[in-house]
Amino acid sequence: MEKICVTSQGNTLDSNVDPRFGRCQCFIIVDTDTLEFEAVENPNISSGGGAGIISGQLVSSKGVKVVITGNVGPNAFQTLQAAGITVITGVSGIVKEAVEKYKKGELSSTQGPSVDKKFGMS
Amino acid sequence: MIISVASGKGGTGKTTVAVNLALSIPNAQLLDCDVEEPNSHIFIKPNIDNTSPVFIPVPEIDESLCDYCGRCQEVCEYNAIAVLKGAILVFPELCHGCGACSYLCPRKAIKEVNREIGVAETGTKGNLQFGHGRLNIGEAMSPPLIKAVREYSNPVRTVIIDVPPGTSCPVISSIKGSDFCVLVTEPTPFGLNDLILAVEVLRKLDIPFGVVINRSDLGNKDTYEYCAKEKIPIMMEIPFKKEIAVLYSTGIAFTEQMPEYKKEFLGMYKNILTKVKKP
Amino acid sequence: MKQIVVISGKGGTGKTVITGAFASLAKNKIMADCDVDAADLHLLLNPVIKEKQEFRSGKTAVIDADKCVRCGECVNICRFNAIEDSGQYFIDPVSCEGCAFCSHVCPVKAIEMKENVSGEWFVSETRFGPMVHAKLGIAEENSGKLVSIVRKKAKELAENNKCDWVIVDGAPGIGCPVIASISGVDCALVITEPTLSGLHDADRVIQVTRHFNIPAKLVINKYDLNIQMSGKIEEYCENNGVQVLGKIGFDKAIVESMVNAKTIVEYCDGKTKKDISDIWDKLEKNLS
Repeated sequence: MEKICVTSQGNTLDSNVDPRFGRCQCFIIVDTDTLEFEAVENPNISSGGGAGIISGQLVSSKGVKVVITGNVGPNAFQTLQAAGITVITGVSGIVKEAVEKYKKGELSSTQGPSVDKKFGMS
Repeated sequence: MIISVASGKGGTGKTTVAVNLALSIPNAQLLDCDVEEPNSHIFIKPNIDNTSPVFIPVPEIDESLCDYCGRCQEVCEYNAIAVLKGAILVFPELCHGCGACSYLCPRKAIKEVNREIGVAETGTKGNLQFGHGRLNIGEAMSPPLIKAVREYSNPVRTVIIDVPPGTSCPVISSIKGSDFCVLVTEPTPFGLNDLILAVEVLRKLDIPFGVVINRSDLGNKDTYEYCAKEKIPIMMEIPFKKEIAVLYSTGIAFTEQMPEYKKEFLGMYKNILTKVKKP
Repeated sequence: MKQIVVISGKGGTGKTVITGAFASLAKNKIMADCDVDAADLHLLLNPVIKEKQEFRSGKTAVIDADKCVRCGECVNICRFNAIEDSGQYFIDPVSCEGCAFCSHVCPVKAIEMKENVSGEWFVSETRFGPMVHAKLGIAEENSGKLVSIVRKKAKELAENNKCDWVIVDGAPGIGCPVIASISGVDCALVITEPTLSGLHDADRVIQVTRHFNIPAKLVINKYDLNIQMSGKIEEYCENNGVQVLGKIGFDKAIVESMVNAKTIVEYCDGKTKKDISDIWDKLEKNLS
């Protein structure tokens, strides 16, 4: 099995992918084999600064190997990379579809931050 | 003595008043604490003889000593340190330089290194002493730089501080400890709205203050009525004159070309002396 | 949906007057005032508050005098000189940076960190549609975070109401609140005046937009107060690849409109109205 995390605007597999990482509404942590999932409400949405960093730590502590989202900023990217997590950006649509695409190998990892810092603040 | 020149709203003529006051009184030192957008130097054109980088201390981790216990991350209120399995990251731009992490690290694996946030410069123009700070672009933390500029305060001079606009932390860092504050406003609804906020700040800080009304003939009488009702002294009025506006636009302190105003600024200074709290 | 922020670097260049005019001109939009430190847009738009929220931000240390044994450890380690002594130790909330260092070193656990309520934010209705705005408490910090909240709420409303525009009155300066004002917008419109300080400050704020990869355009307000300096600013813009979207002349009617709590577009039919309307048209065309 493999645990992956998709940033989500809601707490189900039918929710939309949240384009932000650090300040997304919810982290959906999915077992790619069984599609069993855990929805973790993001406690860092209104954090003063460093939301990407603590969100990176949070998903790392959940033992995920891959993060699928719309965008990640430089600080979050650095954190995820240090935690050995593969980052996939540019994903939109429904969470479940994103997971399916990932399983089929249709998503490729990103080598750097996709947006500048402070992106998710607005 | 320290006289700060402030305004709730930007663009009311704060720098004009600070610069011309500094040029009109004897033995003055002008410190421009608007480190985000310093402008006084444009009018003073000082000979800068000292430029010093200003730093805040940020952590550097010796990974050979670190056992990733996570204590530093736990005590950091600013999310500037991330401890992961077998890795630790520092994000210096989020650090406020409080020193908690290095002090509390159980393995003494953290030392502090300097991160530059801007420069402080000092110089002179004739008999006037001058100092200001320039915050680096993209930098969010101005109070440590303001503090560095204020450390140049010369205790045997009359220090005039050009304060950044608004009412938040950089303003407080600049005004705190002044003997008197001159609030510059214009008699418009925007000017009055922001003056009322600035008055709240000064009352909270318990610093005596008075008001200069700039472009006093544009707008309405509400500001005068407010000052009368609140018993706030009006220290000076400067009418809207195209000549003043044009001199300002080309970076000339208007009292240099209109010396009759020097007397008015000197008069205001003498008036301030009578209002300062005696120790 | 596009987001536009009006900024200036230097204060008093007419940022809010122009934002107010855009409120009259733009259709189907949300207005947002991100100058939370000295907000003025409400004076032109006269919002009726529909929803009010507390703004909580940061923490401040509080010493429990009954527990304090006056060991002085907190005084030794505080780098912000926030601990004062009047026979008993207390924390000056204005100086306290909220770092919590003191609470960690206190041997008798006499220091607690309390969350600040440092302002309020509002969702309101105006004669031009919805508006999101805020009031930062006096001497409070973290206005950047409050700006982010206002921006987020405005964007949410715009998405839910299928609006075409979010028009933001930005914060002055180049620091934290400005960075929060411009993050992720489609265009930052820099308002400057033809003065050396205006050019100096516009240059600094344009560098900030570049640092964060935000497209910037510029308007010269009161351009006729110094035609030569206006020329210099245009030259600067050309050399730096910043489009000058328009020039507005000095007009006493602007102050009069303010006194009458009207936007300049509502107040009179003169040249200023036309100039600002042209700027809006260009902006609209540019972004669509």
